[in-house]
Amino acid sequence: MKITQEELEHVTHLARLTLSDEEMDTMRGQLDNILTYVDQLGELDTTGVQPTTHVFSVSNAFREDIVSESLSREQSLANAPLQNGESFQVPKII
Amino acid sequence: MKPYELTIAQAMDGMETGELSAVELTRSCLDRIEAVDDSLSAFITVDAEGAVKQALDADKKRSEGRGGALCGIPLSVKDLLCTKNLKTTCGSKILENYTPPYDATVVERIKKEDGIILGKVSMDEFAMGSTSETCAFGAPQNPYKQGYIAGGSSGGSAVSVASLECLGSLGSDTGGSIRQPASLCGVVGMKPTYGRVSRYGLTAFASSLDQVGPLCRDVTDCAVLMNVISGYDKKDSTSVQESTPDFTLSLKKGLEGVRVGVPVEYFSQGLDPEVEGIVRNGIEVLKDGGAEIVPISLPHTEYCVAVYYIISSSEASSNLARYDGALYGYRGQEADSLLEMYKQTRSEGFGAEVKRRILIGTYALSSGYYDAYYKKASQVRTLILGDFRDAFKKCDILVSPVTPVPAWKKGENSDDPLAMYLSDILTISANLAGIPGMSVPGGFTRAGLPVGIQLQGNHFNEAKIIQTAFHLEQDLNLDAVALDV
Repeated sequence: MKITQEELEHVTHLARLTLSDEEMDTMRGQLDNILTYVDQLGELDTTGVQPTTHVFSVSNAFREDIVSESLSREQSLANAPLQNGESFQVPKII
Repeated sequence: MKPYELTIAQAMDGMETGELSAVELTRSCLDRIEAVDDSLSAFITVDAEGAVKQALDADKKRSEGRGGALCGIPLSVKDLLCTKNLKTTCGSKILENYTPPYDATVVERIKKEDGIILGKVSMDEFAMGSTSETCAFGAPQNPYKQGYIAGGSSGGSAVSVASLECLGSLGSDTGGSIRQPASLCGVVGMKPTYGRVSRYGLTAFASSLDQVGPLCRDVTDCAVLMNVISGYDKKDSTSVQESTPDFTLSLKKGLEGVRVGVPVEYFSQGLDPEVEGIVRNGIEVLKDGGAEIVPISLPHTEYCVAVYYIISSSEASSNLARYDGALYGYRGQEADSLLEMYKQTRSEGFGAEVKRRILIGTYALSSGYYDAYYKKASQVRTLILGDFRDAFKKCDILVSPVTPVPAWKKGENSDDPLAMYLSDILTISANLAGIPGMSVPGGFTRAGLPVGIQLQGNHFNEAKIIQTAFHLEQDLNLDAVALDV
């Protein structure tokens, strides 16, 4: 197996997911297949090849710092799972 | 002919001469949806009331002589493009009740030209899939054969256009998600050059690959919609400051002097003989029409699936981090800490395919693996780009199949993600290279399933694709095949 149980548990935590034992088993097998498949990239010598993260080279896209229309507080809160009319509410952090 | 059967260009003519009103056309489409969508499941949300209201406005504007380029044309929109005050689910339970407070730029442009939004159409969850079966709200059906897939991820867009529920649709294409369902449902679908069309308000899957594009009944309509949605947008920092030609002018040009390349790697093993026959016939038709046929090699084609699934999943793992249950969307109810809230929300809200991609991406980007996976894939992406750069020195257009096989039965491959990923091999390199591509109907298999022909062009050369596709469409002059709806 290319991915160990511990590694999968670690990655699952990093991704902020929880999987049942059964899901873990299925997922581990599937990820293993996929990771084995992508290993074929190792056949290619890419020494000195620049990586492409973006097809067109993008530099920062600046715009004038002008205040324009934005969402109202009411609109911003409208989709919140829990809110009190002023702010979003989440479980206690500290 | 019923109003819903018209193309955009025909309906515009009908409304200009006063034979047809936008309200009649819109009601005709709404009746059609009512009649066929229970079995097709193309739509997630139908906004009948809003559509009729928009149609009334369109008729009024036309009568005052100030109607836009799509005045009164009823369209559907893939459910990952934000529509103000109209639910936008992305095919996911996590956004089941999300109603955006703003319009995506492309939606704004459609509205500005007085187009009518009939509703939001089905898709694979967050556009991750090739069949639309990962949609949390039911998978659409192929309109030519019940029990067969529509393709994906813009399956609802393709089905709604093919089954005559609307006159055109907006979809999105990250690895073939417009071209593949267009091919499998027998409609025209175009993925523009990366940066040609604004991504503002398009829910992000893989930001360096995603692009919005049209699905239509014919090439003329595709040119009309491309004219409306293309152009620089200051709200999308990757949108390109490139002027938009009038794409409808390309329809009138001949094929003389057009060099059509045939990439040998796209006709290799695993290609269905009927699909190959249809595409080869299309190549003959182009040759007879005056195009020069050139053999081409894209030597890194075999690596593109691996590159794509590393890069797209990596970008997805980052983009989908925002679904945490805090500001909008679904929230897990049992949590008593913030970390638990995140985990519960995401585990209950996302489906299996989305979780799989997030995990692949998180793994590929994690400490110790970044160089072996993400960096390596990004380097091979450069080699793939180089293949296309070399190819377009020798030709203007690349012609190939869109998919190796026609539509398959629902449920096949759904427990083998890798097999599913491999079916995208002919479409994903266009996204990696940022070039435009189109699927144009090429014919039908003996079983009555549509097969598209893919035309790809160099960066910002959509005009040449439209020019070539129009001739293919006219010269093939396909007989209509009855829908199975």
